[in-house]
Amino acid sequence: MSKIIATRAIRGAHKIVERAEKELAKAVEAKGKDFAVSFPDTNYYLPLALAMLGIKASRIGDLIEIMDYARQLLPPIPSENIWLPYLGPTLDAGMATLFAEEVIEVLKYAFGPCPTYDYWVGFTTDAILREQGIKLVDGRMPGFAAIVGAAPTNKDAVRIVRELQERQILIFLSATTNGKCIAEQLAEENVQMGWDSFLVPHGKDISTTVYALNFAARAAMTFGGITPKGLKEARDILLYNKNRVHAFVLALGDVDDEKHANAAGAINFGFPAIADTDIDQILPTGVCKYEHVVSPVSLDKIVEKAIEVRGLKLSIEKIDIPVSYGSAFEGERIRKEQTGAEIGGKFSKAFEFLRMKTLEEVENGKIQVIGRELDEFEDGAAVPFAMIIDVAGRKMQKDFESVLERRIHNFLSEALGIMHTGQRHVIWARVSKDARKSGLRFKHFGTILFSRFLHDFPSIVDKVQVTIYTKNEDVVKLLPEALKAFSERDARLADMTDESVDVFYSCKLCQSYAPNHVCIISPERLGLCGAYNWLDGKAASEINPTGGNEPVLKGACIDAKVGEWQGINDYLYNKSNKAFERLGLYSLMDAPSTSCGCFECIVGLIPEANGVMIVNRGFSGMTPCGMKFSTLAGMVGGGQQVPGFVGIGMLYITSPKFISANGGFQRIVWMTKELKDSLSAQLKKHAEEAGNPDFIDKIADETVATTAEELLPFLQKVNHPALSMPPMM
Amino acid sequence: MSREKLKDKASIKILEARKSEGMETIWDRYEAQQPQCGFGLLGICCRMCNMGPCRIDPFGTGPQKGACGATADTIAARDMTRQTAAGSASHSDHARDLGHTLIAIGKGTVQGYSIRDPYKLRIIAAEYGIKVENKKDNELALELGERVLQEFGKQDDSQLTLSKRAPKRQQEIWKKLDIFPRGIDREVVETLARTHEGMDQDYKNLIQSTMRVSLADGWGGSMIATEVSDILFGSPKPIRARANLGVLKEDEVNIIIHGHEPTLSDVIVTASQDPELIKLAKEKGTKGITVAGLCCTANEILVRRGIPVAGNFLQQELSILTGAVEIMVVDIQCVSPGIAQAASHFHTKVISTSAKASIPGVEHIDFREDNALDTAKKIIKIAIDNYPNRDKTKVIIPKEAMDLVAGFTAENIFYHLGGKFRASYKPLNENIANGRIRGVAGVVGCDNPRMGSGSSHVALVKELIKNNVLVVQTGCAAIECAKEGLLTPETAIEMAGEGLKEVCKAVGIPPALHLGSCVDNSRILIACTEMVKEGGIGKSLDELPVAGAALEWMAEKAMAIGWYFVASGALVVFGTPMRISGSQAVYDYVTKDMENITGGKWAFEEDPIKAAHLMIDHIDRKRKALKLAPMMYTQSYTVTGHLPSE
Repeated sequence: MSKIIATRAIRGAHKIVERAEKELAKAVEAKGKDFAVSFPDTNYYLPLALAMLGIKASRIGDLIEIMDYARQLLPPIPSENIWLPYLGPTLDAGMATLFAEEVIEVLKYAFGPCPTYDYWVGFTTDAILREQGIKLVDGRMPGFAAIVGAAPTNKDAVRIVRELQERQILIFLSATTNGKCIAEQLAEENVQMGWDSFLVPHGKDISTTVYALNFAARAAMTFGGITPKGLKEARDILLYNKNRVHAFVLALGDVDDEKHANAAGAINFGFPAIADTDIDQILPTGVCKYEHVVSPVSLDKIVEKAIEVRGLKLSIEKIDIPVSYGSAFEGERIRKEQTGAEIGGKFSKAFEFLRMKTLEEVENGKIQVIGRELDEFEDGAAVPFAMIIDVAGRKMQKDFESVLERRIHNFLSEALGIMHTGQRHVIWARVSKDARKSGLRFKHFGTILFSRFLHDFPSIVDKVQVTIYTKNEDVVKLLPEALKAFSERDARLADMTDESVDVFYSCKLCQSYAPNHVCIISPERLGLCGAYNWLDGKAASEINPTGGNEPVLKGACIDAKVGEWQGINDYLYNKSNKAFERLGLYSLMDAPSTSCGCFECIVGLIPEANGVMIVNRGFSGMTPCGMKFSTLAGMVGGGQQVPGFVGIGMLYITSPKFISANGGFQRIVWMTKELKDSLSAQLKKHAEEAGNPDFIDKIADETVATTAEELLPFLQKVNHPALSMPPMM
Repeated sequence: MSREKLKDKASIKILEARKSEGMETIWDRYEAQQPQCGFGLLGICCRMCNMGPCRIDPFGTGPQKGACGATADTIAARDMTRQTAAGSASHSDHARDLGHTLIAIGKGTVQGYSIRDPYKLRIIAAEYGIKVENKKDNELALELGERVLQEFGKQDDSQLTLSKRAPKRQQEIWKKLDIFPRGIDREVVETLARTHEGMDQDYKNLIQSTMRVSLADGWGGSMIATEVSDILFGSPKPIRARANLGVLKEDEVNIIIHGHEPTLSDVIVTASQDPELIKLAKEKGTKGITVAGLCCTANEILVRRGIPVAGNFLQQELSILTGAVEIMVVDIQCVSPGIAQAASHFHTKVISTSAKASIPGVEHIDFREDNALDTAKKIIKIAIDNYPNRDKTKVIIPKEAMDLVAGFTAENIFYHLGGKFRASYKPLNENIANGRIRGVAGVVGCDNPRMGSGSSHVALVKELIKNNVLVVQTGCAAIECAKEGLLTPETAIEMAGEGLKEVCKAVGIPPALHLGSCVDNSRILIACTEMVKEGGIGKSLDELPVAGAALEWMAEKAMAIGWYFVASGALVVFGTPMRISGSQAVYDYVTKDMENITGGKWAFEEDPIKAAHLMIDHIDRKRKALKLAPMMYTQSYTVTGHLPSE
């Protein structure tokens, strides 16, 4: 019965709290109460203590406060007979456990051993949280699994994580069974681990389990927009997780008292625990959505069972191909020596081309390979490759061709054993030897595309047929038609300016966590997440007319320079919950666009330089405005108009409309080297057209300056044009 | 006859032992009364004026009207209304005294009292519109006390403050029926006036008054009593204790506190822990002092302080008949005159303490707040001094004493279902919605020799929990079930149906929850309101899958309680009918028509198993109307005999 679980969890909580108290006492003795402690690259202090208790812990003294609270929460162990209610106390014990573990872990960062080494990642930084957490919240990832312990065999370990990966479920790994963590089993089997593969090993110590939960707590604060304060907000954060973050605990192997205590903590978040050993059950619902603890579940059923218990919504049926499939495999790299076949790049002529056809012209589901199949080429061969996808649909439009075509990359990459890059006639793809051996063929490329296009675009795609040519002469023969179509599309897009259309598209996908934020996507200004351009907006609004993207009539132009239209203002007012009355689409200073939190880059004013700096997500260093990206993101995000700061999609930097109200790209005085490198060709072109061909060299980066004081002398030295432009403020 | 249904072993043991010694008890007197007056039972005897008493011939051959022309309908309804007013007055007067205690604390004129739950003081004060910021406990106590007392004398037509807690639909119904409780005293006075000779004669109009005066109790007097008691004596938390006569000690000074108000009992408990007095008790050759409660006083000090329970209403004489009680201190309500006679056989002293309740042949020590602790010590000293008079050869202490867990409240259920961070009623509502728990039943009220002498409660609760109905209890019914182990988690859980069992095991609770004394039935109203607020199992009280029963009702207070639940939308089952059976119209009105008026109604069923199934069927109808999931586990749905159609 579940009193056993309560008893073990409370006992485990006592052990962990006592351990944290001891380690804290040592730290106090060694360094005193004022000694600074923190997790790396986060604005959330000790995230759980912040989220639940509102404590902004930055010194050892603050940890004492946390531990006092944890100690107070600790209930007595339930009596053998005539017991008093134990569910509430057990949940409290779970929270006390997590508070204590966060203290244990942060002390490791201060005093060692550092939790980040080899493949162990330790604490998740805010940057990764923003990038990955949003997927959990918006449904791209159906949920996360926190696996504690280890599987009976390495083979079981691999199978369980593959099953999870195939379903796009993020996986956190921690703690040990008989001294071994499942992450070690995976490492022994050469399974790629890391954020790219959805497999995140936190640590062998049980206390590293807290990283999964302080990730969850931050997701609620970041994406749920919940500002921690008191008990009500703490509850909101937990409920946000129950309702939005579909996570569960898989307890593999012996579940000791400490693991029970962690499971009790997780249940507060609405995350149930599923175990392969018999640890009794808690079936009635209420704190979690369905059952709370389910055991014993055999290993071959455990993933299915977990999905059922947590109520995960899996959006895609299993695609019938002989390899695993899921976005966890998207970032997979296949090295030369693992390559079973190679397409395009500098090795063979190849292209992929998606075209619209009439309904009569397309035979739905027809997949043809004309020429030799994959297994008929020698291992590692370079294969000539033309893949033509014919799409038909009652609501299909020519403009959607490129939108759909760009998705080929994601769709193919998600197969284990296919690495795909580029698009159109500049593709490079590899199929691994393992995949070839497992029976993956070119026809499966067709199976994947057929399934995904129909599934992902049900309202515009009715029929799909795929034809793959692997004879060089066919590829050569077919290429001109494709090239002609590509250049026609480009011409149409190039002609497309904000002035040439009457309709922009909105994006409100992020209102779930930034309720007042509205993205306005114009042909010359793509969405700030970089994922949606005007055509995507158009396609999305056709695909789902009642979804997050709506056509917005521009209406009368109020100010062409600032980028202000009556229709846009009216729409914004209504859809921002009446928070904002005006939008200056091209302005950094006058009613700039709001930002949700997904921006690729942040543009920020540097008043001393009369110009702007641009920092991209992923750059963790200091910037000349005195803030790191994570701090800036906190300030800019959440759906506020912050004059002087705006979040943008990276490609907007090369748009003619880039802060054109404030003087355009020549205002850029600083940007990260990474950005500069990736945009240099385009920027160079713009600079030449503007009669300032060496402009790009006048933009400072982190190798030159990370403070305004360092920046100014450089700008004066290179005679940056911003210095002589009209004042921005 | 009445004694045969008595199942409590301790009681039987005493009764049997003392019968041979010729000691009389309530059962003897009850049996001597048989056959009881049929006109009285049917409610068709009218003693309102001096033209009477008049009585209506129930067989239709004799007079069908009283001298004034009153029919059976008028007579039955009028009497019932008056009884309800008396019940409402009892709880409310109890609440008034607590309001005075609050004020006395505010003024600093008390001895032995303080604010034990300052957090709740602030919550309730704020609910009464008092600014709580930066105020000390005693300032707030004074303000809240004065504000609470205003509820009694209020003359405007606005509603009582705490009645605003009720779900919107209940408030709308009360407004529509014009039965909104206004001033507590006003409703009682108006009801007495309306039932005077030559006043209200239409039974429907009279019943409107019945409902209003009862609501002034449930959402007024009783609720105030509960809330103020929590503030003064601490909000209950789940706590362990023992119940039945076996809690009395052979080798200790035994003090029994009997009655209702926690004001007396709490301070006696405090005084009994005084080291000086304990020392004194030991000097008399004892091992210490045992204080045990009886009736609702027992419940008050049980749920707050874990004080053992000697027994319920029917055990007041029996506890004295153990020969082991030095004193029995009593205050108000349910104190039978028979205790004086019982005490006369032994050394036991009975001490009355309330100026409102004096008993012939009993020593009276006036109990006032300004010297409460001194008085309590004085009383305990009398007990200690009386110990040497105990005749050990005459002592019979039954061994029965059952372990129990009590102390649940509408507020602490939040915590126990979700901990500090996820406190919520959701797990309760969800497991009702998903069919693990069928619904919730209140099993409350007195124990009565007319019925099972307590045993009906036990049979009823066992049948309910077997059918996955979560039970909440108060009063003497709770004590009876405690004695039978239904409040002991490990044994009671095994008697529950599979779904309820799972929930009880998950939470760590017995399937029957003890919520306190009879004024604490207000906690059930609040808990039901919280269930409505949490959502998913009904938007108003009358939609909830719940039912109530007081099968062994005895006091008029039970009628007030029953009526305020019916007026709030619940089904209430009494074992034997109120005194209305002589009027078919009134009987049908309250058992049938009422459902279309308030959503609640009365049912009368003596057989506890059949009563359980009346309640279960009612709950099932509510579940069906709400389209809740079918019950998760098929039940051993046993019904003995014919099930009467409602």
